[in-house]
Amino acid sequence: MSGPSPSPPRPPFASLALIAVIVAVVAGAFAYTAGWLSPGRLTPTKIVEAFAPPTGPALGHRRNHAKGICFTGQFEANGNGAALSRAQVFAAGQYPAIGRFNLGTPDPNAPDATVRVRGMGLQISTPDGQVWRTAMIDAPFFPVSTPKAFYGLLEASHSKDPDAMKSFIAANPEFAAFGEWAKNAPWTASYAEEPYNGLNAFLFVDGSGAEHAVRWSLRPQAPIVPITPEDLTKLGPDHLDQEITDRVAKEPQRWTLVVTVADPGDPTSDPSKAWPEGRKTVEVGTLVVQQIQAERDGPCRDINFDPTFLPNGITVSDDPFPAARSSAYARSYALRTAEVQYYPYHQQTAAGTQP
Amino acid sequence: MSSGGVRFTVLQRSLHWLMAACILAMFFIGVGMVSTVMPKYIPLLATHKTLGMAILVLALIRLVVRLRYGAPRLPADLPEPMKLAAHLSHYALYALMIAMPLIGWAMMSASAYPIVLYGGIHLPAILPQSDAVRTILWNAHHYLAFAFFALVLLHLAAALFHALVRRDGVFQSMAPGPSHDKVAAAE
Repeated sequence: MSGPSPSPPRPPFASLALIAVIVAVVAGAFAYTAGWLSPGRLTPTKIVEAFAPPTGPALGHRRNHAKGICFTGQFEANGNGAALSRAQVFAAGQYPAIGRFNLGTPDPNAPDATVRVRGMGLQISTPDGQVWRTAMIDAPFFPVSTPKAFYGLLEASHSKDPDAMKSFIAANPEFAAFGEWAKNAPWTASYAEEPYNGLNAFLFVDGSGAEHAVRWSLRPQAPIVPITPEDLTKLGPDHLDQEITDRVAKEPQRWTLVVTVADPGDPTSDPSKAWPEGRKTVEVGTLVVQQIQAERDGPCRDINFDPTFLPNGITVSDDPFPAARSSAYARSYALRTAEVQYYPYHQQTAAGTQP
Repeated sequence: MSSGGVRFTVLQRSLHWLMAACILAMFFIGVGMVSTVMPKYIPLLATHKTLGMAILVLALIRLVVRLRYGAPRLPADLPEPMKLAAHLSHYALYALMIAMPLIGWAMMSASAYPIVLYGGIHLPAILPQSDAVRTILWNAHHYLAFAFFALVLLHLAAALFHALVRRDGVFQSMAPGPSHDKVAAAE
């Protein structure tokens, strides 16, 4: 190795060993940072994999909320939100919106009546070049308090151990409230009759730089007509998609965007804890859904509704979920965009081209 | 492209060490952010994007400076394969310093992601949304990052080899701090 050297000769072994140690330390620190030495670390890959059914994920689709349909419309801001946030989206005016009604399932072919949680992904764009993306569900609070507990829930729900869910609930008592909601909240036969709740706490930053902890919800303006899951089953496995398509074709559908402002001391870091009644709420505008498009060629299919894509005037709070969702959504997005040739999953399977 | 001097210019050495810190940080931020679901994910991602753009600007400045001022000649007694390796690895390092931020920027664009840096700076999309293009760019960003890190380790090992074993002035030509021309004069 050593060529002729102008320096006095000395054994190169110590120098070579030192070089090897320095390189190994840098490489080792890199491996540690990458998580290769920490098999216990909760990674986005683990969370995304934990959604998959035993038969494997539906290739080309979102790893959760896989069944959905696109819409376009606009958000009509009434200007009331401008006192809470300087984001242009709250200045009175009309802003284009793209979104997606969906079911909280990793199976894009799940019959509607088998899925309890419904959701909406939404993107509102403003002329200043900013976008606000949010992904909401119809439940009024999240099932668990932490991303780690959420991973535990996914694991328990797939576990072959018959006591897995019991142990999970014992360790995560906050889940009971969600269980009550799932059991007792009315089902509806329409995406248009659902509320969609942001659940996570964010900070609105106003014109003076002051921060306000908030959560937001879309409240349906359509009258709510409860239906039993049995009757929904009779309407067909894809009733929700057909119904919203027909309904919007007749008339645009509207939701009121309501911002709830936390009182001092309200928990912002735990989306499983609803804030007490009586908090200040501000109706900041109306979402108008004007057109429905099939997901296949729809404008929403290739959008990652990452809840951390926020305009100037909204930031994340100490709620740990938006970061966890962002990293998991990024992983899911990387997977499904790489699998686009398998979309839609069902038809590819039927054609026998599924590897 | 050799200037015949024994050391890189102060500007070149400053750019080198500033970029060394930035690029090393980028590797760690990159692999750290994609393997965590913790709240630090958000600032890590914002830092990764902002630092990436800073590296792109610095790399372009550095390329111009290098073309203008050149580099000290390698020692005459350096074996030919090592000279070739030195030249090829430096071409690769320059290519990666410039390509990686551009690939990242293009990847965000092809994902229809808003590209927001620290300070609320918005970058425009440089490509239309495309799943196929995004996938190619994502793979390129991912695999080239590991190749880049391996190359930086090799570069580090070679620099230390010059400094500790050969003691031929190559390391001193890029070393920080004031001139140590006595060492280089040994050439």
